[in-house]
Amino acid sequence: MASAANQAPAKASLFYDPKVRGIFFQAILVLVIGFLFYEAITNAVSNLRAAGIASGFGFLTNPAGFDINQQLIPYSSSGSTYREAFVVGLLNTLLVAVIGIFFATILGFIVGIARLSTNWIVAKVSMVYVEIVRNLPLLLQLFFWYNAVLAPLPSPRQSINFGAGFYLNNRGLSLPKPILNDTAWLIPFAFLAGIVLTLLFRAWARRVQEATGRQYPVGLVGLGAILGLPIVIWLVLAAIGGTNPITFDIPEQQRFNLRGGMQVFPEFVALLLGLVTYTAGFIAEVVRAGILAVSRGQTEASYALGLKPSHTLRLVIVPQAMRVIIPPLTSQYLNLTKNSSLAVAIGYPDLVQVFMGTVLNQTGQAVEVVAITMAVYLTISLITSAIMNIYNRRVAIVER
Amino acid sequence: MKKALVTIAIGLAASVAATAASAQATLNAVKQRGTLQCGANPSLAGFGVPDAQGNWTGLDVEFCRAISAAIFNDPNKVRFIPLSAKDRFTALQSGEIDVLVRNSTATMSRDTSLGLDFPAINYFDGQGFMVRKTLGVASAKELSGASVCTQQGTTTELNLADFFRANNLKYEVVAFATADETFKAYDAGRCDAFTTDASGLYAERLKATNPDDHIVLPEIISKEPLGPVVRHADNQWGDIVRWTHFAMLNAEELGITKANVDQMLKSDNPEIKRLLGTEGKYGEAIGLTNDWAYRIIKHVGNYGESFERNVGQGSRLKIQRGQNALWTKGGLQYGLPVR
Repeated sequence: MASAANQAPAKASLFYDPKVRGIFFQAILVLVIGFLFYEAITNAVSNLRAAGIASGFGFLTNPAGFDINQQLIPYSSSGSTYREAFVVGLLNTLLVAVIGIFFATILGFIVGIARLSTNWIVAKVSMVYVEIVRNLPLLLQLFFWYNAVLAPLPSPRQSINFGAGFYLNNRGLSLPKPILNDTAWLIPFAFLAGIVLTLLFRAWARRVQEATGRQYPVGLVGLGAILGLPIVIWLVLAAIGGTNPITFDIPEQQRFNLRGGMQVFPEFVALLLGLVTYTAGFIAEVVRAGILAVSRGQTEASYALGLKPSHTLRLVIVPQAMRVIIPPLTSQYLNLTKNSSLAVAIGYPDLVQVFMGTVLNQTGQAVEVVAITMAVYLTISLITSAIMNIYNRRVAIVER
Repeated sequence: MKKALVTIAIGLAASVAATAASAQATLNAVKQRGTLQCGANPSLAGFGVPDAQGNWTGLDVEFCRAISAAIFNDPNKVRFIPLSAKDRFTALQSGEIDVLVRNSTATMSRDTSLGLDFPAINYFDGQGFMVRKTLGVASAKELSGASVCTQQGTTTELNLADFFRANNLKYEVVAFATADETFKAYDAGRCDAFTTDASGLYAERLKATNPDDHIVLPEIISKEPLGPVVRHADNQWGDIVRWTHFAMLNAEELGITKANVDQMLKSDNPEIKRLLGTEGKYGEAIGLTNDWAYRIIKHVGNYGESFERNVGQGSRLKIQRGQNALWTKGGLQYGLPVR
């Protein structure tokens, strides 16, 4: 039977090899999908051409010819192109998304923790808040905020004057605009230096605490460094140079509006309020779920070690809860960013309002404009997810 | 995920293919469907607005009814699709509607790069400004520093920028997606001035909390020839829309009204005979019946009747004929001859 032992395993036909089959079918699928996309695109292009509708991305360099009220980069109807209008809209979207995420996180954590408070009133107020904002459509809430922001404010002629160049009216909040002079770059530099110093001090203080148990007031020192350093530099510059390194353009009352200064538009405030309060409701529930997921024994153990309730929360509960909180929190951040496109309803010039609204209509190139907008939202969302995934990896349990 | 992508791709391909098919022979599609799909303005008094019972009224709406009357001998075989300024051209391009009659300005770029045609101008308009009386403004040139509310995706938005730039005036624009939102924001005090076509200013003023608190400034800053819009590819359909307008103009010029159109059938005037189809085969040449114009006048009336009823002395707007008078009376409305 030697021959049988030497015999190689029966060489089955490739046709029956599960691995080969798998690859084959996947390749077919990819080809089919690729073909469908190719067909869809060429079909769209030829049909657009047949219908006499312009296509291609050349329109981006054409002059825009319309104005946008809130602009973070220089933009004017006379010289700017559609591409610049796109950037203005994109920056406005990012502005409201970033500020919105910041405040929604703070408010969400406060409400979420408050809902677990042993104080009956605090817990119930948080519950009512969460149930109301989570169960009303966001669009409705935006209309509410827009009217709530606009309605009670006076016309520009009767502006509420807070002094020091701060005015509030139904055109928004006007405030002095800082104008940086030659040496003023030192001040933000001092601010950054303050942050670096604080981080160094914190690391040193931690090492000392671990070695000796002695604690240093990191918070106070940090505050002093971050705020104090720029102020000192400012005063020094003013004293040496003889002129103030930062001067302010103060808004002045004109016939219709206040002129000069900076302006925070009511559309922005309404959108921000709407997004923050709405998303905070969801974040509160995520936070509550995360905290409840930490077993009660942790709290008891912490109390048994003599930690104060505030320390228990900050040092024991929240760090463990974060592992549960981060993934759903990420999706709330994405929701807030995507929901900011509802700005279109209240006239805030975000990406959708400017680009999918005005630009699409003035150029008529719906396919290109919609494709670009979708790509932008996809990119923003993927970047947000990537950052949150990195953070998640840092706080996740390290398995050994 | 992959499955979803395939579904989307198939859907995309199918929808694009469907659009291409409908670019041809709109008339056949309309006849087959039995109704005319007409893109209309849902909120502009005098031009297009549904009343409490859901009956659409207005100059533009009656234009759609006239097309329907010419095709079906029934002015009510129209389905009105409410569209905002922002969505209107896409709806027409994609074949969702057969004709757009929504006070749309004819411009060169819309005519050439959007794949559209403007077969006729049913209202010659121009852009103006409305402000509160309390501001004490008498001219648009005094608006330096003002906030102006306008509607997105309109020629208005562009003319506004041009006007303030040309006159070296500063301003702040607040743009909204729909006419309603725009006017509400103005009425709530968000803006000092509201701008749109002059006809629209009078129509929107009726909606203000106190219409008498607002005045329309005398400047007209642009040319706004408003008219029906069709897709570029289908010339036969464009002809039907164009001649519907001319039929209404010629009827007014010849003194044919909704009331006397039946007597006019016995007229000896060759122009009237050709228009009403008692002589010649002009209707068949555009794919309709020879009494197409008779049907329009019988069901809707001539241009002057429609104008007075919707925006003129018979309406709340009380707009003068002005540029929209017949050419014989010093206006711009000129019906090409039927012969």
